[in-house]
Amino acid sequence: MASKTVNPTRMELTRLKKKLVTAIRGHKLLKDKRDELMRQFLDMVRENKTLREEVEQSIAQANRAFALARAMMSDEALNAALLAPKQEISIELESKNIMSVNIPVFHTKTRTPDENDIYSYGFAFTSADLDEAVKSLSEILPRLLLLAEREKSCQLLAEEIEKTRRRVNALEHVVIPETQESIRYITMKLDENERSTQIRLMKVKDMMLKQAHGY
Amino acid sequence: MGDRDSVYGFGTLGIDVVAVSDSEQAAHSFRQLASGKYAIIYITESLAAELEAEIDKISDREIPAVIPIPGIKGNNGIGIKNLKKAVEKAVGSDIIFND
Repeated sequence: MASKTVNPTRMELTRLKKKLVTAIRGHKLLKDKRDELMRQFLDMVRENKTLREEVEQSIAQANRAFALARAMMSDEALNAALLAPKQEISIELESKNIMSVNIPVFHTKTRTPDENDIYSYGFAFTSADLDEAVKSLSEILPRLLLLAEREKSCQLLAEEIEKTRRRVNALEHVVIPETQESIRYITMKLDENERSTQIRLMKVKDMMLKQAHGY
Repeated sequence: MGDRDSVYGFGTLGIDVVAVSDSEQAAHSFRQLASGKYAIIYITESLAAELEAEIDKISDREIPAVIPIPGIKGNNGIGIKNLKKAVEKAVGSDIIFND
């Protein structure tokens, strides 16, 4: 054990006692942090799950529509229709702090405010299926962005929870018991020293009395 | 990013589209995207499976967020799997998806 290496001195004892207090306090704080992170994480993961299921379904739908459109139109016509997108999206990144974890928050801005600008083609030479497909995709977009935000947050939170849990465990099962053990060792050693001093003094007193009075 | 058929529709929404055909080229463009100006990279699930190592490398960064989405060939469950992995990491066992 670590107690073999500590110096049995009062100074060391005081130091260790202080360390123990800090460790216990830190342990409590980290435990609270872990519990709160876990709560947030579970909420978020549930939301994430439903969101993902929704998005996956709608994308599958949109893909079917695209497949139809592709079947109806020639490759060239389709390429020409989609070649030059009118709309442009930019994302502004902000981060939010949850229990010292920075999670991203995305703000999106489209270049033009008109939502009809997603159609980058005239309607004359394209099939109606394409309109349908593009429309369904654009309907998913807000949820798609939200999904990105949530999913990244989940990943980051999971990472942090793992780290915090490891720290809590290290404190609980290693640092705190070891410090307690060392403190016990020092106290016992000091008590033992005290007792031996006492006995030595008693012995000396006996010897001196014997010399002086001949008992 | 993903195979051309899966991604070209997203172009109309104003998302930059990267169409890739083979995995070597995909890894290259993924690295480029990851170090570029993008905050979110949507990637088709089939491609995400191929590039798993690359994605794991940047998963602890705040951005970009790499989000697998189903491609035209359908869903191989990697998105849900990632979510599962996160839960397992945080909780120790899977308590949400075991139904």
